[in-house]
Amino acid sequence: MAFYRLSRRDRVPGLATAPFAFFPVALAAVIFLALLAKSWPLLSLKSLSSLIFSTTWLPSRGHFGLWPFVLGTLWVTITAFLLAVPVSILTSLYLSEYAPARVRRVFQPVLDLLAGMPSVIYGMWGVLVVVPLVGKYLAPVFGHQSSGYSILAASLVLALMILPTIISVSVEVLNSVPLSLKEAALSLGATRFEVIRYVVMKKSFPGILAACGLGLSRAFGETIAVLMVVGNVPLIPRSLLSPAYPLPALLANNYGEMMSIPGYESALNLAALLLLVIVVGFSLLARWYLVRISRRSG
Amino acid sequence: MNNQPGHQNSGRLRTRLRVESFFKLLMVVSACLVLASLVLILAIILWKSLPALKLSMITRNPGSGYYLGREGGILNAILGSLQVVFGATLLALAIALPAVVFLNSYLRRKSRLAELIRFALDVLWGIPSIVYGAFGFLIMITFHLRASLLAGLITVALVELPILSRALDETIKLVPADLKEATYSLGASRWQTATRVVLRQTFPGLVTAVLMAMGRGLGDAAAVLFTAGYTDKITTSLLQPVATLPLAIFFQLNSPFPEVQQRAFASAAILTLLILLISLASRSLSRRLSRHKIR
Repeated sequence: MAFYRLSRRDRVPGLATAPFAFFPVALAAVIFLALLAKSWPLLSLKSLSSLIFSTTWLPSRGHFGLWPFVLGTLWVTITAFLLAVPVSILTSLYLSEYAPARVRRVFQPVLDLLAGMPSVIYGMWGVLVVVPLVGKYLAPVFGHQSSGYSILAASLVLALMILPTIISVSVEVLNSVPLSLKEAALSLGATRFEVIRYVVMKKSFPGILAACGLGLSRAFGETIAVLMVVGNVPLIPRSLLSPAYPLPALLANNYGEMMSIPGYESALNLAALLLLVIVVGFSLLARWYLVRISRRSG
Repeated sequence: MNNQPGHQNSGRLRTRLRVESFFKLLMVVSACLVLASLVLILAIILWKSLPALKLSMITRNPGSGYYLGREGGILNAILGSLQVVFGATLLALAIALPAVVFLNSYLRRKSRLAELIRFALDVLWGIPSIVYGAFGFLIMITFHLRASLLAGLITVALVELPILSRALDETIKLVPADLKEATYSLGASRWQTATRVVLRQTFPGLVTAVLMAMGRGLGDAAAVLFTAGYTDKITTSLLQPVATLPLAIFFQLNSPFPEVQQRAFASAAILTLLILLISLASRSLSRRLSRHKIR
């Protein structure tokens, strides 16, 4: 049984608090169903795959192809993830294995502060620094013309946003590796890097993966910061230097004012639903993988 | 690896040490990169905001012609953000606290039901705030509500709920079982143990969790974008629209007038300062409150 046997005086508080505990379950279901119901008018007209994989987005003519937005989301998020992960793993290894206590004391509050920084501020910084950097310096190097408002700019901003989260969680994971294990490896003649590679990384792999998963799920839904630097052009992105239009930006720009065109409301709710499914799908995948790993290692 | 004669072994040791110093260099470089870019963010915001950072920014509402670069401040947005965040955090706490008590005191740890609830919280935690914003907008239409303080506050509460519940759950899990068993053995009910021992024991954790959720709520623009509306006045009722700092920054930054853009930087500095205050408060409070903990 899930419940303990309750004494009489515990029954009332138990019954009174139970609904609050079920609220999260109900909320998750209601959000999913509400979005599904609102996107149903469009889904009953066209097949899901034709909506998702069609590339024309012309709401005024009734074309609601979401593929450019899905691709935009994936490009921006995955590039940001690839940029952020190596840097944050190296940094957290440095912080947990090599850095003197003084350096750690400087890093920790800065990381905390930056993990809590509002996304609009990252976006502003992106407009001020990253966009000109990409447009004026990086794009010409690769022989491209670019305004700077591009996937690359968005990924750089996004990578910076998820760095503090990944680093602080990874450092915690790395610090929990038992000292005796490291000492055992050292006493066998391993160098400190070999200890990191064969003992520390092996032991903390699932935890670091979880940290990266946290960063990834934050990156998927990030709206304002990305919207400010990504260019918002609903075309299939061709390279890192072309603009894109991720799903959250589509919602942010259009959701409040969608009443006039038939099907538009449905299409935007479908976009929200799609974003929800992608994010939750990724986190379920990560969860399943983590469970599998922890089972294998006993 | 150790069966070779000494001189060969020392040669291999040299390559091993070279690998070590190469990777250590990589680590130091990336750590410096991280620290530098993070410091750069703060520095640039501060530097850019200096010209517009006047006292009138925080003491006055936007006057007429404010968005053309004339006099005024963003008192409306500062107060509005605080109204939204305090209301939202209270609401989220009112749901999260009993939920977490039930989860930890009335359900068995490994039961299916407890796992389902924790799983739902994980799912909610992962839902982007823009989706909560859309959902909040759908609620608004259903109940014929206009964009208002109430709608914004509810939406931000939904964003904060999983953050708060998960943080509370984590701290409550750390309460030693002996402590609970000791109170049970004295004849206390589950409810008495939960409210008078477990919650008191986790109070420092609760305070940091609340402050963390407030910080997230304060900076979240996507949740209030469709739900809270915007106004140049100070909001006095739950049903009026309300201005919020992230949106104030966002709108001012999109202005073609450089004076207004500078004010966006100043508003960003003010928001950063608020976040900094919250994070400092959380550090010092949790340290001070932890003195009363039973270890």
